[in-house]
Amino acid sequence: MTEEPPRRIGVMICQCGGNISDYVDTEKVRAEVAKQGDVVATRVEMFACSDSAQESMVQMIREKKLDGVVVCSCSPKLHLSTFRAMTQRGGLNPYEYTQVNIREQCSWAHTHDKPAATEKALRLVRAGVAKTALSTPLERMRVETIPQVLVIGAGIAGLRAALALSDLGISVHLIEKAPEPGGHVARWGRVFPNDKDGRGLIDTLVREVRARENIVLYLGTELTEMSGRIGSFRVKVRTPTAETISLNVGSIVVATGFETYAPKPGELGFGLEGVVTLPELKELLATNPSRLEYHGKAVRSIAYVYCVGSREEGSETNLRTYCSRYCCSATSHIATVITGMDPGIRQFHLFRDIRTYGKYEAIYERALRGGSVFLRFGEEAPPSVTSENGQLVVKVKDRLMAGEEVELRPDLVVLVTGMVPREDGEVARVLKIPIGKDGFFHEIHVKLRPVETVVDGVFIAGAAQGPKNLAESVTSSMAAVSKAAALLLKGYVDLDPMVAEVNPDLCAWCDACTLACPYGAVEKVDHGGTAVARINGILCKGEGACVPVCPKQAVSVKGYTNDQVRSMIDALVQEVA
Amino acid sequence: MFSTNAISDMAIDLAGSSHLDYSPTVQVIAIPCSSGINPTWITHAVEAGFDGVFVAADGGECAYIPDCTARTGRLVEQAQSLLTKSGSDARRVKMGALCSVCSDAFVNHMKQFGRELEELRATAAAA
Repeated sequence: MTEEPPRRIGVMICQCGGNISDYVDTEKVRAEVAKQGDVVATRVEMFACSDSAQESMVQMIREKKLDGVVVCSCSPKLHLSTFRAMTQRGGLNPYEYTQVNIREQCSWAHTHDKPAATEKALRLVRAGVAKTALSTPLERMRVETIPQVLVIGAGIAGLRAALALSDLGISVHLIEKAPEPGGHVARWGRVFPNDKDGRGLIDTLVREVRARENIVLYLGTELTEMSGRIGSFRVKVRTPTAETISLNVGSIVVATGFETYAPKPGELGFGLEGVVTLPELKELLATNPSRLEYHGKAVRSIAYVYCVGSREEGSETNLRTYCSRYCCSATSHIATVITGMDPGIRQFHLFRDIRTYGKYEAIYERALRGGSVFLRFGEEAPPSVTSENGQLVVKVKDRLMAGEEVELRPDLVVLVTGMVPREDGEVARVLKIPIGKDGFFHEIHVKLRPVETVVDGVFIAGAAQGPKNLAESVTSSMAAVSKAAALLLKGYVDLDPMVAEVNPDLCAWCDACTLACPYGAVEKVDHGGTAVARINGILCKGEGACVPVCPKQAVSVKGYTNDQVRSMIDALVQEVA
Repeated sequence: MFSTNAISDMAIDLAGSSHLDYSPTVQVIAIPCSSGINPTWITHAVEAGFDGVFVAADGGECAYIPDCTARTGRLVEQAQSLLTKSGSDARRVKMGALCSVCSDAFVNHMKQFGRELEELRATAAAA
């Protein structure tokens, strides 16, 4: 190791406009790191990510003939790819670049102690230099992608996704667990914002889907297995006849939607005759659009109770702290539909806050003008719903009347129930995509990487990601389509080269890595007459499960080799003058 | 401390973004997955001079391996028995699960582990 020629590493330290330099003495860090062996150039920048700073760095790479680059700035989650690209523009291999996080994991964390933060920053930078000194150029592996997508769920989001992908010339396998397509929207009757009929909307989409040659719709069908990787997934689905079909797809769009919150027995009178949920009322209206009847009796007055199952006080077991977004607008819209049917039906809305945001405000306005009465209650004093001799009695303390109790005797009580995540965790289990704290699928980043999951090539569309109204579901579905299509229309994908590799001179083929590998990436090959393990880099995900099990220390993940990690550890504990 | 690129390192970032206070002696090496830690890295860190090594596993969130926690647990045990053999206290290695938004849990772990290491040092000094 000592015989190797010294490296020529350049280090750029970012002040982040004070976010770093207010708590870390960046000039001191620069001066100290400049003394390190292997470091031949250093600079401090106000904003390392700015075009001008990157341009100066590109020049420095060329002028100083650098063979490795370290940028000490923010979290690699933000700018790793930015600076890898910069390194590449300087003519180096992008994997000769190391990002050191001295903002989120240093300056911002230790704002009260500048000397300690400065010392820690220096240690972190040294570790970054140590890692880079042992870096090797790595090549991304280019593999072809299969121009087919598996869309899971044939509700509004899944149907729209299938059609949009088909428009782009990408074949779609659309699977739906239920025996009929359409999800919630098919049962909902007239829906906001355009007052279209949900059934009609779905029928139009399904007709179109069935007419497309490049869409196959599988009903009553569930996902059972998934293997492979971005660009080439192998999935298995089970049809209603228990037949298993194997499919090869380049990407997967998860549009499994939501479930409606089911109130607990007795919650706000749930279980009493005449107490229904919002979707039940929608279905009632959808089946008989001309007359509002419940169990054969005409309904002349309705009390809606808002925020049932939404915006609750959080606890270890209850995570429904979120607003379900669609219910205020949906209920205001229903009120206008009912008024249109019979203006004589009296409607009382018991709400906490009305969130008919954006253009949906007009719907609330229409409901008000139609004669709906809105009564506001406080979270601490929810209404009570009881029954006296078969007559529903609703009591609510109206905030506008200084908490005066108002008693209503409606024919129907509608619990405005929110959205909850699907309980069936099978899709998440098979695809290995994470679930967020609220129980919905977790997208990587709401702004930087929306609809993406940590499993490359698997995208989330619609309310499976979180409460959304119909329009928002379709919008997110289009986002997922564009991500999937952008990936597949290119025809290839460059895989991360940070995969495991075996040193064949150390390997004694004991099978331990084969057993540890969940992806079947280990192959047995011949190496000068002896059997050794070799990693198939296309199947390997680079997590390193094979690393700790090897008795010969023959396996490591590129970019995280034993030498690299040990030298980082040594650099972290090195004395700070 | 070892964190994972996709999950627990996000929690540590979040702790910084939220200006949560923890000791600047905590230093993190981020790797792809805690199941890929070579136990000898842990013993090397202790021998090199770290008071303790904390392995931030992903709990159930690991995107790579469903039984990641069990695998990480095994390699942590291996590291502990290596430390015991070389005369170090096995309690200098600790494992905990951190989800991607578990910033409070991270800080609490660091405070708790810091106190435990302090006690170990005090006991060792007294002996």
